[in-house]
Amino acid sequence: MDGIHDMGGMHGFGKVEPEPDEPVFHAPWEGRTLALNRALGYTGIWTIDQTRYGIEKLPPDVYLTSSYYRKWAVRLENLVVELGLVGADEIRAGHALRPGKTLKRKLTAADVPNTLSRGSFSRPAKSPARFKAGDRVRTKNIHPETHTRLPRYAREKVGVVEAIRGCHVFPDTAALGKGDDPQWLYTVLFDGRELWGETSDPSLKVSIEAFEPYLEPA
Amino acid sequence: MAQDHDDHHEHGSELSEMQLRVRALETVLAEKGYIDPATLDVIIEAYETKVGPHNGARVVAKAWSDPAFKRALLEDGSKAVASLGLINRVGDHLIAVENTPKLHNMIVCTLCSCYPWEVLGLPPVWYKSAPYRSRAVNDPRGVLADFGVTLPAGTDLRVWDSTAETRFIVLPMRPEGTEGWSEEKLASLVTRDCMIGTGLPKNPKEVS
Repeated sequence: MDGIHDMGGMHGFGKVEPEPDEPVFHAPWEGRTLALNRALGYTGIWTIDQTRYGIEKLPPDVYLTSSYYRKWAVRLENLVVELGLVGADEIRAGHALRPGKTLKRKLTAADVPNTLSRGSFSRPAKSPARFKAGDRVRTKNIHPETHTRLPRYAREKVGVVEAIRGCHVFPDTAALGKGDDPQWLYTVLFDGRELWGETSDPSLKVSIEAFEPYLEPA
Repeated sequence: MAQDHDDHHEHGSELSEMQLRVRALETVLAEKGYIDPATLDVIIEAYETKVGPHNGARVVAKAWSDPAFKRALLEDGSKAVASLGLINRVGDHLIAVENTPKLHNMIVCTLCSCYPWEVLGLPPVWYKSAPYRSRAVNDPRGVLADFGVTLPAGTDLRVWDSTAETRFIVLPMRPEGTEGWSEEKLASLVTRDCMIGTGLPKNPKEVS
């Protein structure tokens, strides 16, 4: 979706402000929010792309004025209601009003170390890769209303395939809960001037990780 | 401790609102039987103590000391890091990118905040912020200036936008004047920011 989350190349957000000696969490609720997301993710109720899409669907003003973990917390409330696991009335009440559903599994303290590393997103390929390293490609001019990982600044641009990264879960499909739909993934490299025009820093190159459906030969 | 930050990034009223709101959510989810609150404590403790940029620093220091490991790291980041046995298994898609006198690499996620958690820990607030995500791809030198970093003339810039499940870590250049240093001592030069590409390793004089 062409949402506010797609920020690459936007102007007006000001300077980057690093915080010296930044703590891991700035308030206890931030840690609880992260842990709630991890624990619920472990039950297998959503894909990582569904959670990203959940953040993208927040209204733009909420997105811009909420801290990172506030977005996570609001997204979590929305998703558990959307998935039918919790009623909106229960969120309002702050208590369960009905018994929960049976989930595939539940995270225990002993299993936590195994959840700290990421799983694999590689999947068997249905067909050979269409492109190889060195191929010139053009990204498509697409504007799906749902989740995509092709950023706006890199649409309808010509670049070069630098590497094939294997065949991966396709976020555009997985975000809708419609399965893995595996697609080949490439690192595609663009000259700064292709992306930003003649005033671009001539020494700049930018790459994206592009799924095969985003690309056509150039 | 966090007062300055909270005043700056979010209002005090939001803080208390969020404490109550997240506590209520946790209560509902626990009563429904979906989560165990004691498990949350273990997760939080792991992120506060076990996962962090000290893991990435060990990887970089090893690559600076051991040419065979460096080759392996650049060939297959996940496999090389897993072989160290220092930390939990990393995800399958870690890619190390090397800085040279002619090329400086910088990592960003313009669409959300993808970051190599296993080697660098949780991302800092600035990495997830609109200023960084918007400017890293079209004004990386300006971003570096915000961090007080100026690259030597003639250094090209390469920005990696983490738009899939591949994750990147920058292998910075080993500082001069560190000949004969142990891996442990080298690791003390490796900052989180130099592994993202918004910083350079510490000056050896700072730690010797």
